[in-house]
Amino acid sequence: MATTAISTPAHRAEYSGEQSGLWSWLTTVDHKRIGILYLYTALGFFVWGGLEAMIMRVQLGAPNQHIVSAEFYNQLFTMHGTTMIFLAIMPLSSAFFNFLIPLQIGARDVAFPRLNAFSYWVYLFGGLFISIPILFAVAPNGGWFGYEPLTSKAYSPGINIDFWVIGLQILGISSLAAAFNFLTTIINLRAPGMKLMRMPMFTWMAFIVQVMIVLAFPVLTIALVFVLFDRFFGTNFYNTVSAGADPLLWQHLFWIFGHPEVYILILPAFGLVSEVVPTYSKKPLFGYPVMVYSGILIAVLGFGVWAHHMFAVGMGPIADTFFGLTTLLIAIPTGVKIFNWIATMAQGSIRYTTGMMFGIALVALFTIGGISGIMHASPPADLQQTDTYFIVAHFHYVLVGGSIMGIFAGIYHYFPKITGRMMNERLGQIHFWLTFIAMNLTFFPMHFSGMLGMPRRIYTYDSGQGWEVFNAMSTIGALIWPIAMLFFIYNFFKSRKSGEIAGPNPWGAGTLEWTIPSPPPEYNFAKIPTVTSRYPIWEGKEVDHADARINAQEGKSPADLGIVMPYNTIKPLFVAAGLVIMFCGLISTRALIAVGAAIMVFSLYSWLLSPLEPEHH
Amino acid sequence: MSAPATHAPAPHHYTTLGLDSRKVAIWAFIGSECMLFVSLISTYLIYKGRSVIGPFPHEAWTDPATGHTLRPILNIPVTSASTFVLLMSSLFMVLALAAVQNKNLPKRTRGERILGSSKLWLLMTAIAGTTFLGFQAYEFTSFVHEGLSIRTNLFGSSFFTLTGFHGAHVTAGVLWLLTLLAIDYRRGLGPRDALLVDIAALYWHFVDVVWIAIFTLVYLIK
Repeated sequence: MATTAISTPAHRAEYSGEQSGLWSWLTTVDHKRIGILYLYTALGFFVWGGLEAMIMRVQLGAPNQHIVSAEFYNQLFTMHGTTMIFLAIMPLSSAFFNFLIPLQIGARDVAFPRLNAFSYWVYLFGGLFISIPILFAVAPNGGWFGYEPLTSKAYSPGINIDFWVIGLQILGISSLAAAFNFLTTIINLRAPGMKLMRMPMFTWMAFIVQVMIVLAFPVLTIALVFVLFDRFFGTNFYNTVSAGADPLLWQHLFWIFGHPEVYILILPAFGLVSEVVPTYSKKPLFGYPVMVYSGILIAVLGFGVWAHHMFAVGMGPIADTFFGLTTLLIAIPTGVKIFNWIATMAQGSIRYTTGMMFGIALVALFTIGGISGIMHASPPADLQQTDTYFIVAHFHYVLVGGSIMGIFAGIYHYFPKITGRMMNERLGQIHFWLTFIAMNLTFFPMHFSGMLGMPRRIYTYDSGQGWEVFNAMSTIGALIWPIAMLFFIYNFFKSRKSGEIAGPNPWGAGTLEWTIPSPPPEYNFAKIPTVTSRYPIWEGKEVDHADARINAQEGKSPADLGIVMPYNTIKPLFVAAGLVIMFCGLISTRALIAVGAAIMVFSLYSWLLSPLEPEHH
Repeated sequence: MSAPATHAPAPHHYTTLGLDSRKVAIWAFIGSECMLFVSLISTYLIYKGRSVIGPFPHEAWTDPATGHTLRPILNIPVTSASTFVLLMSSLFMVLALAAVQNKNLPKRTRGERILGSSKLWLLMTAIAGTTFLGFQAYEFTSFVHEGLSIRTNLFGSSFFTLTGFHGAHVTAGVLWLLTLLAIDYRRGLGPRDALLVDIAALYWHFVDVVWIAIFTLVYLIK
């Protein structure tokens, strides 16, 4: 067998993590470095989507403004939603999945390190593919949920919708590949003793999210394939009503994906807060098993509530009642989580660090968003609220007040683990309060402008309808966001360079990822630990401490410890590039399809036929 | 040909289930594929009987403009034959996996040598898959000939998309099998590689099961 020739010392330098510089980032297969790539890229897209929102808020700050055209405004709100959901919040969650899952379950990497790199590159290229058109004012303009028949060739003949459909197909491949990877990692790479009911709550929520992605994204894929076929090959799935087609098919397929997607966006933040709140309360998470079960219940029910997005289309009393009831039911497991976090804090010795502040903000703000959600679970109430700013207020309380607050809590909490240095608390507190004020000032008045009848997705409005003051408040609130973000960005980069040295466990947390040095060595655990409890550091027995001492050692190379590390490789990047070039061919020259396919197939075979790591000896 | 990618997992990789991670991942992938085909099949069933103009799958249709009558378009005897071929391919696949797993057992009789030939059974599986695809190509072209294209009506759109997606999966499977066959010729597949054949077989059987659902729901049930 020719494999023995591979493990020559010449290849040692190719072990991931031993190099620095651009090439090492392009070829990395280390889950921690890929997590950092996700973090930076997603924060970039978060700022990008925020700027789109900023322009919209300036436009709506006063009645009858014409700063941007109606056509461009359509592109702005479409891309704001698409960017924040697919390019910011999901990948920010992915950053934490990548960085934390192997550390929390006691693994050296994810199950498929090269597939992991592939997921990232597909995300990056797909994100650029869908984001760049707005610079040329040809961005998607059919709303983030792209309702038919508006997105059909008859009503949207331009290239805009093609970017959206193809871009989402590309991003779906990234999400699915990552989901298979994380799912397998959590099922199969847990350290000895890491039983399912001992897993940290973040990993549990990540697990549930991966299952939801695996089951929900294929439905979107097919829904988009029909749009694509309608647009490119003249099929009749959605738009030819005279041929018997039903545009509502799109709404059903889209929301069968779209509602689980809402939980795909929020559960990772719930997981992060379930790490943050116990740590700063110095108490184990209250009702751990119930937190697990409620997460599972949210996921199951999440697949049975999709048509509450469609009460206005006239589905009839039976469907309306069914989906109204299931929507009310889902409030129960969600409420259980809220109460469990509160109970975790109760009588704890709480430290109000920035991470904790963001965590508490999630509990409070998500509750507001959840309660307005229950209001439009009732079909008659929803008929009044649907397509108004009341809905905009609701889902921003859920997604900004929920997901974004949770993600910031996670960033402040895990920054020391990721970089080895502490973030500045003072700047962090300023960032928190500015964000908290901006968030509420932007979105709370939207409840009122919505109740007063202001519709969504209008680029301007007449004066005298009572909307002026609420819109002015929202715009002022929106303008505070960039100031808050400047504090965050400054703090982030300053602390990364010159923050206080963190040490392995600066917060006194209890889970496995805090037993190893910060930043973790490339192999994570010098010795795979044996896990005996949910919070090994807090409830640790002697055997844990022995493992912990070995794992806390710094400066050992994998060679010192006899740990085999995977090779760095550029191949996943090439496969991703070939894939995206192939999709580009659909909207430019057909020759690109062949070129992209050739690059993809060649790189894929080259990847599959080359070894992941040196032979063990 | 070198490769841990084509080997049993190295002993230093501890796994919780004691299974290779690729086996866990292929099941997750199949779960995802189920939802893909459920979406396609549901769309076909939702649109069943809603086409305004023919040809129809099970009923004749007279074009009011020309007075020309089109026969029911589905050719069930021919598709039954192709279904049989695809079902047989699953049997060949089982034999291929068994042959790889038992590569090192002594083969005394001619029968044991034939049953133990992984190359033969991988090739047979690929041939059966290709034959199925040939039937499908014949079916598609004859439908277009009889006036049913992907644009004609809802039935055409949903039928060609559903069966086309399935055909694409069979094509991917055939390429996968031929890759395994090439590896077998180059260095021989043995018990250490059984996992590689095992996950290909799981995929192949899944694609086969999906066809049973399609054949029943699209062709047999009127």
